[in-house]
Amino acid sequence: MRLEPKPAQSLAATLLYPVGAIVVTLGFAALLVLAAGADPLSVFTLVARGAAGSQFALLETLTRATPLIFTGLAVAVAFRAKLWNIGAEAQLYIGGVATVVLGTGLLPWPSWLLLPIIAVAAMLAGALLLLGPALLKTRLGVDEVVTTLLLNFIVLLFVSMLLEGVLKDPTGLGWPQSRKVIEAAQLPRIIQGKRLHYGFVLAIVSAVAVWIIMKKTALGYEMRAVGHNPEAARFAGIPVNRVLMKTALLSGGLAALAGFSEVAGLKGNLTLDLSPGYGYSGIVVAMLAMLNPLGVVAAAIFVAGIFVGADAMSRSAGVPSYIADVMVATALLTMVVAILLSRFRVRWR
Amino acid sequence: MQALDILLTASFWVAAIRIASPLIFATMGELICERAGVLNLGIEGVMTVGAFAGWFTVYSGGDLWTGVAVAAVSGALFGLLHALLTVPLGLSQHVVGIGITLLATSLTYFTYRLVLPEVTSPPKIEPFAPLPIPGLSQIPILGEALFSQTPLTYLAFASVAVVAWVLYRTPLGLAMRAAGENPSAVEAQGISVSGIRIGAVMAGSALMAVGGAFLTMSAFNSFFFEMINGRGWICIALVVFGSWRPGKALIGAILFAAFDAYQVRLQQLTGGVVPYQIFLMMPYVLSILALVLVARRATYPRALMIPYQKGER
Amino acid sequence: MNILFGHYVADEGTVEAFGKRLPPGDPGAALKAGIGMVHQHFTLADNMTVLENIALGTQSLWRPRLDRAEARERLVRLADDFGLTIQPDAFVSALTVGERQRVEILKALYRQARVLILDEPTAVLTPAEAEALFRTLKLLVGQGLSIIFISHKLNEVMAVSDRVIVLRGGKIAGERRTAETTRADLAALMVGQEPTLPPIVEVPFGGRVLVLEEVSTGGKSSGAPLDRASLTLKDGEILGLAGVSGNGQAALAALLSGSEPATAGAITLAGEQRAPWSTLEALDLGIGRIPEDRHAVGTIGDMTVAENLILESYRSARFCSRGFLDWDAARKFAEEIIAEYDVKCPSPDARIRLLSGGNMQKLILGRALDPEPRIIVANQPTRGLDVGAVAYVHGRLIEARDRGAAVLLISEDLEEIMALSDRIAVISKGRISSVTKRGQRSMQQLGELMAGHGLEAAA
Repeated sequence: MRLEPKPAQSLAATLLYPVGAIVVTLGFAALLVLAAGADPLSVFTLVARGAAGSQFALLETLTRATPLIFTGLAVAVAFRAKLWNIGAEAQLYIGGVATVVLGTGLLPWPSWLLLPIIAVAAMLAGALLLLGPALLKTRLGVDEVVTTLLLNFIVLLFVSMLLEGVLKDPTGLGWPQSRKVIEAAQLPRIIQGKRLHYGFVLAIVSAVAVWIIMKKTALGYEMRAVGHNPEAARFAGIPVNRVLMKTALLSGGLAALAGFSEVAGLKGNLTLDLSPGYGYSGIVVAMLAMLNPLGVVAAAIFVAGIFVGADAMSRSAGVPSYIADVMVATALLTMVVAILLSRFRVRWR
Repeated sequence: MQALDILLTASFWVAAIRIASPLIFATMGELICERAGVLNLGIEGVMTVGAFAGWFTVYSGGDLWTGVAVAAVSGALFGLLHALLTVPLGLSQHVVGIGITLLATSLTYFTYRLVLPEVTSPPKIEPFAPLPIPGLSQIPILGEALFSQTPLTYLAFASVAVVAWVLYRTPLGLAMRAAGENPSAVEAQGISVSGIRIGAVMAGSALMAVGGAFLTMSAFNSFFFEMINGRGWICIALVVFGSWRPGKALIGAILFAAFDAYQVRLQQLTGGVVPYQIFLMMPYVLSILALVLVARRATYPRALMIPYQKGER
Repeated sequence: MNILFGHYVADEGTVEAFGKRLPPGDPGAALKAGIGMVHQHFTLADNMTVLENIALGTQSLWRPRLDRAEARERLVRLADDFGLTIQPDAFVSALTVGERQRVEILKALYRQARVLILDEPTAVLTPAEAEALFRTLKLLVGQGLSIIFISHKLNEVMAVSDRVIVLRGGKIAGERRTAETTRADLAALMVGQEPTLPPIVEVPFGGRVLVLEEVSTGGKSSGAPLDRASLTLKDGEILGLAGVSGNGQAALAALLSGSEPATAGAITLAGEQRAPWSTLEALDLGIGRIPEDRHAVGTIGDMTVAENLILESYRSARFCSRGFLDWDAARKFAEEIIAEYDVKCPSPDARIRLLSGGNMQKLILGRALDPEPRIIVANQPTRGLDVGAVAYVHGRLIEARDRGAAVLLISEDLEEIMALSDRIAVISKGRISSVTKRGQRSMQQLGELMAGHGLEAAA
């Protein structure tokens, strides 16, 4: 079996493969639903209705998509430069830490000043967190996959330590949780009385900004060059290590914004269940989007829809909601195959 | 002084060897994969699958060794999926590995919830019982530590010997090492690189799964969510730390486990002065340190993570 | 040859060996049928010993134990029979190139090959090592082996063969008995018509643009590092640097390209002594670079033609303002280069991976030569190209020389060096010989220098 490069194709032909990937994913999920003794069609209908069947459902999906857009962008940016940041989860939590450190009364400033400062601080915290593994990679050749993965565990324990120590809410009845952020540090709701908050707008703006960076700027060009062929990039005079550092800062910062937006926009305080694996789902989101920043928005909404829909479905149909995780992971694998097949022709023999 | 006395107690070393056992299995598994040129980041998920499969087989009435076999086969199946995507298709081993981990983990949780929808506390099984080796287990400290363990621990040590023998003493091992170094050497001698690599990833994944099964069948007696808790990632660090050699990796795993057992005891000793999270962090911090320590002289298998297409040089 | 050995599958037709048809795409079957192959890039695993490399694949994979004793005995006997001395337990990583080739030949003999295919076997050898190889080959033929010797070097073909087949564009252009043919005849068959060498106009050399004095490097590049190497490059000349692969060419090219610093010695550029430069400084200083490996280093396969063409100049005001790139300008630039350098490609937006080697090289030429550099470092600029593309590259280099640029042509192909250079030097084990005008040293004298003879004496 051989793989041969294929000439560029029309948009329709390129889109055919991702669609195929989704069909395969749904097919596999249908098998699992059958195994659970339910009817796939009605289960999928329930999922779809739970994700987008009502204003409530739709807003819930967009709310859930918000952190996924940030982590998806973080991964997309990093993977473009082949910096394997699997640590978005940790960066998210550090962003949350920065938010409650600054947002619970330490800085008694008005909202218009406080929120941007907290956001920037959160980004800095996340960026610095990824800088470590990036430096170990460029200076010592330590694989960043393993270091970022291990950091996820370390940071979660660190956060747990903070929540039982210096950041502990004295009125929290002993629960490991931080105090609530002050009102000026809260991201307002987009629609009064609903959960969707301005973090979603920030996510969209970030996606557009990242898209501009990747497509239009020299930095984005450098990142792509480094990702595709670091040796050729270095030969051409691109400072590969410096580009990787910039990538790490951008990626870590974006992931940390997820933590900022969840704390300041949704939860109000920091707990150990701030993220049900948004950092890992971000990898799926980025791959589904083929690392395209604007695609990340669509992919995040899609993935969030599956999670929200599956939650609703499992309450009524009795199929475990973990089916959402299975579908998301399957989508990741089918998608990478789809991308491959859209670029290469498989020749048997 | 108390802190050092711990090192002289047999119970400490018994615990260290027990903690090392799953790591030894999984480290050997990862080592085989990487020696053949494939980084297997599916390890964390495959261990989860193994832990569940072994436990569930026994829970539903199977024999303990059947459980081990079922775990190995399920691991090998996920290994096959990983290998098909990364070897003939040459997809990114990073992305596929993470994908396999996500898939294997979520499928396990899904299945767990499917078969046990109502349980709140995870049901226990009757695990492997310690099987002291007569005579040897009487030797103070060392004998007790090594020879009063469960059969699965003995199997873990045996797996090191087998992996070492296969890699260095058999024609198959020759082909595996060559596939990880210069696959064209393998193809030029009429052996299929894909075949070798797929086989290595399947065998390695089977070992990882048995490592996971150790946790449910020889350590904790039940399956619960997130029980692998990063052990897979630690094993990847151990492979690097052991310079891709079974013996060195074994020593690394035991050292690591000893640290881990030590921190638990130290934690009890310090009695809450130091936050317990600091102790729990130690294994992960230690893994990163190990990677940093050997980074300068690490000689990776040269073809690691590089897909191979027939006729390519 | 890759079809013959089963690496690739033929689109049409079949291969037959000793009366039996070979299944396509199966190297194992080719080995069994008695076909052995020595690849240009050795297929040896560095982390294993000579014995292990040779035993690889000769015993059933499912045997519980590798029989080293038997393998060693056979290998030693074989090595004795053919006078190929080898240490069975040496690690391949410790062997010289010539020794590695010996292992490759022994590998084939060990498997009782009756047909031996050698692909450009002398590319990595010194003339003396090549001589030794030829003697071995004659010995093998005397024992009844058939040998297919693939080479583009005519004198070698004339020296070693009994029968010659000339391939051109995938077709057999002709077949001759060696005794009944001449070099010129073969050359004509290879090229199709009389080779039209670009006329070399004698131009007066300009001043010294680059002087290296006793420069050493630290071994960052592959092959030997530079060892107190000295060289003077003048405006308006092509200086050919001959040498066997891995003797410091990579280090020299890296030094001049700005990717490897010097550890000792003095560098004078345009009359000014200065520290080694970075890649960006090299570009600013007007050094055009044509890298050795156009796939791995010269281009980024998954990026477009336009993106590849601005790799070295995207920072300039022409393409970039305030960090934003002007893609329209880049695309326009790409169209200019495509037209000017006669590149066959569908559009500036095509991924460069889809282009042929020749077209890729033309784009690299365009990228390097468009800013009219004062110095051009061309490292193996024609390796692996077809005849037409080779002539094109040569023409462009001469053109650059004629406009006054100093061209450093690094090549392992002595014939190319002899044909193109105004002056010639030889590099061996990181040391560079004195420079002489073309024609002052014979092929044989250059060969001696390539083998390292006379260079130590000079030092």
